[in-house]
Amino acid sequence: MTEDEVVAELESGMTIGIGGWGSRRKPMSLVRALLRSDLTDLHVVSYGGPDVGILTAAGKCRKVTYGFVSLDSIPLEPHFRSVRQGGLLPEFMELDEGAFYLGLMAAAHRVPFYPTRAGLGSSMLANNPELRTVVSPYDDGEELVAIPAFEMDAVLIHMNRADQKGNGQFLGPDIYFDDLFAMAGEKTYLSAERIIPTDDFLKEGPVHTLRVPRTHVDGVVEAPMGAHFTECPPDYGRDEAFQKEYAATAKDPEHWARFRADWLELESHEAYRAKLDEKSAS
Amino acid sequence: MSTVGDELEGGATLDEICVVALAEAFRGDGETLCNPMGPVPVIAGRLARATFEPDLMLTDTIAYAIEGNLPLGADPSGATIEAYLPFRSIFDQVWSGKRHVVMGAPQIDRHGNQNFAAIGDDYSHPKVQLLGMRGAPGNLINHATTYWIPTQARSFVESVDVVSGPGYDAIARLPEPSRRFHEIRRVVTDLGAYDFETENGTMRVRSLHPGVTLEQAQAASAFELAVTGDVPVSRLPTAEELHLIRKVFDPSGVRKAEFR
Repeated sequence: MTEDEVVAELESGMTIGIGGWGSRRKPMSLVRALLRSDLTDLHVVSYGGPDVGILTAAGKCRKVTYGFVSLDSIPLEPHFRSVRQGGLLPEFMELDEGAFYLGLMAAAHRVPFYPTRAGLGSSMLANNPELRTVVSPYDDGEELVAIPAFEMDAVLIHMNRADQKGNGQFLGPDIYFDDLFAMAGEKTYLSAERIIPTDDFLKEGPVHTLRVPRTHVDGVVEAPMGAHFTECPPDYGRDEAFQKEYAATAKDPEHWARFRADWLELESHEAYRAKLDEKSAS
Repeated sequence: MSTVGDELEGGATLDEICVVALAEAFRGDGETLCNPMGPVPVIAGRLARATFEPDLMLTDTIAYAIEGNLPLGADPSGATIEAYLPFRSIFDQVWSGKRHVVMGAPQIDRHGNQNFAAIGDDYSHPKVQLLGMRGAPGNLINHATTYWIPTQARSFVESVDVVSGPGYDAIARLPEPSRRFHEIRRVVTDLGAYDFETENGTMRVRSLHPGVTLEQAQAASAFELAVTGDVPVSRLPTAEELHLIRKVFDPSGVRKAEFR
């Protein structure tokens, strides 16, 4: 599939999960395809990075459910900061980042919630009136926070390698929560740096890197540099210079509009890659 | 009051006194995952392990627990890996309790309620968006937490706008089973070290850094600091500790930038 073919299967108003973590292995070619589409009113669920920054700053989101929104080397996503401080995000559910994992796991396991102590005593419950608590049915009778399952219409993740059938392989130090995202999505679309024959997986990495089985994947996109400017080790690190420029555009609407037109709204991932090659050559 | 540039008794400077005060927070932790955030806390964790708390486990902040005395910012790829701790395992570790975290606190009140989420009364439209909840709600309710505050006068507030990390009053309102694992071990600032070893769980002066008076510490706090008996002076670094801080962990002096 191409990025645009994936986006053509999505609709306005959908809840869309995005894998990766902060500015790490984000499916950026798919995020840019969302940006240039006419989809709107989205509910994005993410350990947020530039995916959340871009989509909220462009007014694509009705709601975001997140554990944090960070660019890692820049602790707070500056576009997201502008959106929050401007009161421009209609709805949001900000959770403890561990509690977020439980919402993913509940959806992956098709149970309504997972219980945790995280949130008790903090403002997390007051800030999210839709969150409920649950009392242990056992003798301890402890009251716990019930983190609801993140039901998602579609999920987008980026892997280092995949085969045509949709099996995914991560080769970096951390899968983050992409396997749970894949299981939790009604439909899951996987982009990968390279699509390889199934036979070649074990030439790329040990068997425990094969963590996304095709049973949970509905479409595969080959997208070399698909996570750029976020990191995608061992294929490439974060493009810090590019990220810095992206971050700086949050200060000035004209600069942001220009950056979007120059980079984020190019007609295809091929065009984006060609422009990157041009940039690095100059 | 001393500043980072001044050399105090024994040749130590304020930043080094703070590193040692933070390292002291880990004393007695044993086989615990020590998860400090930021340069001064990271140096403190490494210092504690290199000296009086050898069983601590420390991460490279990527996905591994590593052995050895790695300098700040050094490439960890050559270091000996003793455990694999991707983010999912970190959360499992949080919930299982064998962890002691050091976080920042742009706002903290007398009960230890911490806010690094946002500034302003309306959470849907904050004046200043900070980090958000991050892991604070889960950390506080599950294991020991220490706060590192480079500028006390800005952070010790009457009340916090948002509670990201609950303090002792918020925890006291919960039923007993929810309270079991909560502990704010220490608050270390540019002026002193504080704890909550009081009957009502309010912040107490544990020690003041050399040259700091109680009046100065109180003047840099919007709430009344509890005092029990004579307040000691914060411990000075030993010669070995000074060597480790200056020559091994932070030869380029990154730690000093936190005080500006």
